[in-house]
Amino acid sequence: MLDTTFEIQTPEGITLKLRPAGPLPRAQAWLLDSLIRGLLLALAATPLLYFFGRAAFGPVAVIAFLIAWFYPVLFEVLHAGRTPGKQYLHLRVLHDDGTPIGWTASLLRNLLRTIDFLPFLYGLGVTSQLLTRTFRRLGDIAAGTLVVHDRHAHGPRALPEAPPLPPPEPLTPEEQQIIVAYAERVGQLSEARAEELARLAAPILHRRSARRDDLLRMANWIRGGS
Amino acid sequence: MKQGHFEYLHERTWKSIEAILAREADAENRKRLPTLYRALCQHLALANERRYSLALIERLDSLVMRAHQRLYQQRASHRLDPLTFLGETFPRSVRQHARWLLAAALLFYLPLLSMIAWLQVDPDLIHALMDSDTIASLEQMYDPAQQRIGMARDAETDLGMFGFYIFNNTGIGFRNYASGLLFGIGTLAILLFNSLYIGAAAGYVTQAGYGAAFWPFVAGHSAFELTAIVISAAGGLKLGFSLLAPGRLARLDALRHAARETAPLIGGAAAMFVIAAFIEAFWSSRGDVPPNIKYAVGAVLWTLTLAYFWLLGRRRGA
Repeated sequence: MLDTTFEIQTPEGITLKLRPAGPLPRAQAWLLDSLIRGLLLALAATPLLYFFGRAAFGPVAVIAFLIAWFYPVLFEVLHAGRTPGKQYLHLRVLHDDGTPIGWTASLLRNLLRTIDFLPFLYGLGVTSQLLTRTFRRLGDIAAGTLVVHDRHAHGPRALPEAPPLPPPEPLTPEEQQIIVAYAERVGQLSEARAEELARLAAPILHRRSARRDDLLRMANWIRGGS
Repeated sequence: MKQGHFEYLHERTWKSIEAILAREADAENRKRLPTLYRALCQHLALANERRYSLALIERLDSLVMRAHQRLYQQRASHRLDPLTFLGETFPRSVRQHARWLLAAALLFYLPLLSMIAWLQVDPDLIHALMDSDTIASLEQMYDPAQQRIGMARDAETDLGMFGFYIFNNTGIGFRNYASGLLFGIGTLAILLFNSLYIGAAAGYVTQAGYGAAFWPFVAGHSAFELTAIVISAAGGLKLGFSLLAPGRLARLDALRHAARETAPLIGGAAAMFVIAAFIEAFWSSRGDVPPNIKYAVGAVLWTLTLAYFWLLGRRRGA
């Protein structure tokens, strides 16, 4: 399969479908985080150095140390797997069994980042991401973690109202699903595009042509009222 | 059952789960999450089986995902308990890796000691190892005539050096460990470089007659700093070796196991680097303490360090 979906069987007998994030969104998240880290350091260091002069050198070095090594760890563990950059791009780090990331895994993946960064700008990390099916850099492999796209649930939209109409032929479950999916999306489509897509349904209905309104009525019939 | 009716029947369950996930539910309702979650899983399975609309499946799917995240959040790995970690996990992990520590210690101390010995016989060797600026700054640092010893401290405060040591030394420790990922070569290189460098500096300074300032200076923090270097190197070596000789596991699985097992080593080593930085900045640098007291404190700290790793975390089930 070409799909990059990563499936996990949970003890409840359910399959969780995760969508691993590729190098591009992760690079964007990293860039954003780097900016934020730089900004944080500047915000903390400037007043300290301004008011206390060279005496503030020590605290500033400690702050730089914490931001360099622990910024991602703290955010990942305490903010449900999301640094600000990841959150902005709707990414999230998880253990590869789908559970929320903990201290050990987060510390490991972020320490090993130094190696992923080699020889420059994540050379090894990106290579490793491209070689693994779930886009993992070396740190992810060693720590057993996964960066995934967040899911935002927009439930089923209400179907456009139309008097229910039974399909002319019995439809397979997959065909029914397609027709309902069409009806759920139709609000986002232009008139012409909606008709164009509707015509594609003609063969499964054993008709010459199919119109948008017919499909909507059938969808209402398949879905049933409450 | 048609989808409309299915949604009508279960909408309340889904709404309650959403309320719990949004932290809007009271304590009594929150306790129902496991039950509700199991019901939700069943609904998702049914929706899949009955080919309900993709949008509904998508909604249930993401609800399951979020509830799963919440339900499995309370794992032991989420509790951060410094007392248990330093009192049990870390010393235990160090003992468990005794052979790796021995290997790292030999790789670190043998070149270091050889270097010191060699420079007593052949002081000119230093010019093959360091440039003259570095040598000059070494001489200046440990000149016994100074009030404050160690890194250049014209007027600067111990606090500044404290920050610098944390930033620099702990960073080196982290890199030392992480470079194990390069089949152990990175760790080996960093370890040997530091060993030779420290050995050369110590050997040269001693031979130049500044030993009276140098040895009391390093006596205090050496216990923590050198041990932390060895520990982080031991972790890195194990990491690299798991890739070279994975045993009966697949290479990447071996790496995962090794990473998980050595994580306490690097966590503990980081704590030791911080303590070492504290001692180095506020105690070792004091020029007004007689050398004998510094040697005594150094001996006590070495004894404490070794006793710590030897004794702590032996109680069962603690």
